[in-house]
Amino acid sequence: MSTLTRIARSRTLAALTSPHGVDHYLSRVNPMWAAREVRARVVDVRRESDTPGAPVATLTLQPTATWRGHRAGQHVQVGLDLPGSARRTTRCFTISSAASGPGEPITLTVRAHADGQVSRHLVAAQPGLVLHLSQAQGDFTLPVSPATPGIDPLLFVTGGSGITPAMSMLRTLLRDGYDGRAGRPVTFLHYSRSAEDQVFADELAAIDAADNDVTVHLRHGTRVSELELRRFAPRFRDTDTWLCGPAAMMDVVREAYGESPRLRTERFKAPTAPSGTAEGALTFAATDRSVPNDGTSVLEQAERAGLRPEFGCRMGICFTCTARKTEGTVRNVLSGAESSLPDEDIQICVSAPVGDCVVDL
Amino acid sequence: MKPHLTPEQLEAFGEEMDALRRRVLADLGEDDAAYIRGVVKRQQQMEVLGRALFYLPPAWPLAVVALSVSKILENMEIGHNVMHGQYDWMGDPHLSSRVYEWDNVCPSEQWKYSHNYVHHTFTNILGKDRDIGYGILRMDDDQPWHPYYLGNPVYAFLLMVFFEWGVAMHDLEVENIVNGTRRLEENRALHAGIMRKVRRQALKDYVLFPALTGPLFPLTFLGNATANLVRNVWAFNIIFCGHFPAGAETFTQEECEDETRGHWYYRQVLGSANISGGPLFHVMSGNLSHQVEHHLFPDLPARRYPMIAGEVREICERYGLDYTTGPLRRQLASVARKICRLALPGRRAPQPAEPAADHPLAA
Repeated sequence: MSTLTRIARSRTLAALTSPHGVDHYLSRVNPMWAAREVRARVVDVRRESDTPGAPVATLTLQPTATWRGHRAGQHVQVGLDLPGSARRTTRCFTISSAASGPGEPITLTVRAHADGQVSRHLVAAQPGLVLHLSQAQGDFTLPVSPATPGIDPLLFVTGGSGITPAMSMLRTLLRDGYDGRAGRPVTFLHYSRSAEDQVFADELAAIDAADNDVTVHLRHGTRVSELELRRFAPRFRDTDTWLCGPAAMMDVVREAYGESPRLRTERFKAPTAPSGTAEGALTFAATDRSVPNDGTSVLEQAERAGLRPEFGCRMGICFTCTARKTEGTVRNVLSGAESSLPDEDIQICVSAPVGDCVVDL
Repeated sequence: MKPHLTPEQLEAFGEEMDALRRRVLADLGEDDAAYIRGVVKRQQQMEVLGRALFYLPPAWPLAVVALSVSKILENMEIGHNVMHGQYDWMGDPHLSSRVYEWDNVCPSEQWKYSHNYVHHTFTNILGKDRDIGYGILRMDDDQPWHPYYLGNPVYAFLLMVFFEWGVAMHDLEVENIVNGTRRLEENRALHAGIMRKVRRQALKDYVLFPALTGPLFPLTFLGNATANLVRNVWAFNIIFCGHFPAGAETFTQEECEDETRGHWYYRQVLGSANISGGPLFHVMSGNLSHQVEHHLFPDLPARRYPMIAGEVREICERYGLDYTTGPLRRQLASVARKICRLALPGRRAPQPAEPAADHPLAA
């Protein structure tokens, strides 16, 4: 740790800048100076595919010294102040580069969705753009390494943008010295819509060709089925597997695995119900409870579920009941406005879930 | 005298207010974000300037002015308003009601309970809104007199000088412990929060920053204390002009049983009072000079209050609701008179009923 960093993180400076914190002042001088928060500067943008309407780009990010590093398969929350919008938008992206150490650069591979403001902005970003980052999150990670050899094979099954965590794991293994002598075959099975849509094609071809006990199967336009799985990984149910992709694909694979404990999954997005409905389930993440959504306010549903969330006015004016919604859509019962941002603070007394919804209560 | 509105009139009034609120909500955007970020930037510049100028002893008065302005902006236009959730929609953690901590000895968690919840929900309801007299003053005719209240002007003066401390202590409900309706144990959690905040504030303003100026320690210490005092006096005066000048009404709990949304709005209007003035004055008061608009819409960005004030006033007048406002000196004089008058027993002389012709809607 440099002297400057040590000073920035010192208790004296924290006391002098109380209650707002050092970063509040540092970022004013230079957005890349931080004592606690994490920010990152985009240093390189590379096009991965030019799929019409949904191009993919890989962004190389240089994080601030506060970045604690990540394990392969983890994701970050990216906060972006979009031009022309006063709202900071936060989205989740999996890191596509190999595991990183403190302060080390990382890459995000992002597909621009037609209605995805953030993803479109990132794919078209110029070097120099500064983003707000969270520390790495998630436990969809790779515990094995060349230092922990074994004879159990590994299998990655991914679809669409679900390739990124698996790519990070594969890159980590190879970077850290995994080779054919490990005696632990790795199968990398990926499904994409078309050959043009395939990201990392050159790198994966090179990995497949090298003598490293890694086999890469890229499937274009086909659908995953138990038959396909058995074809590329005959003993898949007994193989340590990492699965990530569109919901429909994940359902098929999960069914094929039955009760097998070898399957690890990562879900990108909760399905949402059409607006105005009281369907789905309301999940209280902190207490690990779930109730069928009855369309009333989150506060009322939480209380009926036996929780005792804090509240004040129960009419949307005092903000005592503010809690974090991590997934799903809620409707403000006063204004009728719906909002679907992940990791958003909502007033639970005047917010009703629309479809599946996860609240940190 | 409170005008009487029929339930239908109250409902129509509430709907007009809701419509106004929805219109502003739909219009929130870049200007509001740029505004609050601009205020934060100015406040930080003032703070840094103030702290730096203490190294130049001849500039001491300037340093105190800069630091006072910084503290006033931080507490009022930024802290108070951010903690009302006015900028939660921006998604910026530095401007989120959930995490914001202000430069004041009163912990924000505690403030959000006593102010955002108790005061804003039960505005001017006797026995419910503890901001009426802060538990130490007699601020309404309907509070029974007691010889203790002979000291009303003295208590008010002390509360003004030590306002941030008064606000922090406010939540301990000492008067309720004295009269036996609250147990001392209930304060234990609050004590810890207040002490943590007090230590931090005192360490910063009365130890560390003065120490950093070396031999100028006493001057810097005095300067920081003065800035805190200036902020206290200013905040006290602005806030007392918001609910206590002539014209601001109080309510009994019976009047507010089963209250409708329309009646809630009605009570907010009658229980609040504005202070007229220029744009700079409004910013320095955290736009609490638009107390009426603030109480109607506590979670709308405060810069919007001056913009909608004309419309609010027009609607209120149409329903025969007095929209109390006046220049600072007049409101201050009115509050001071009330503090002194209520030190003595007795009730105000009943006011002559206004001719009904002035308020065609008042039944």
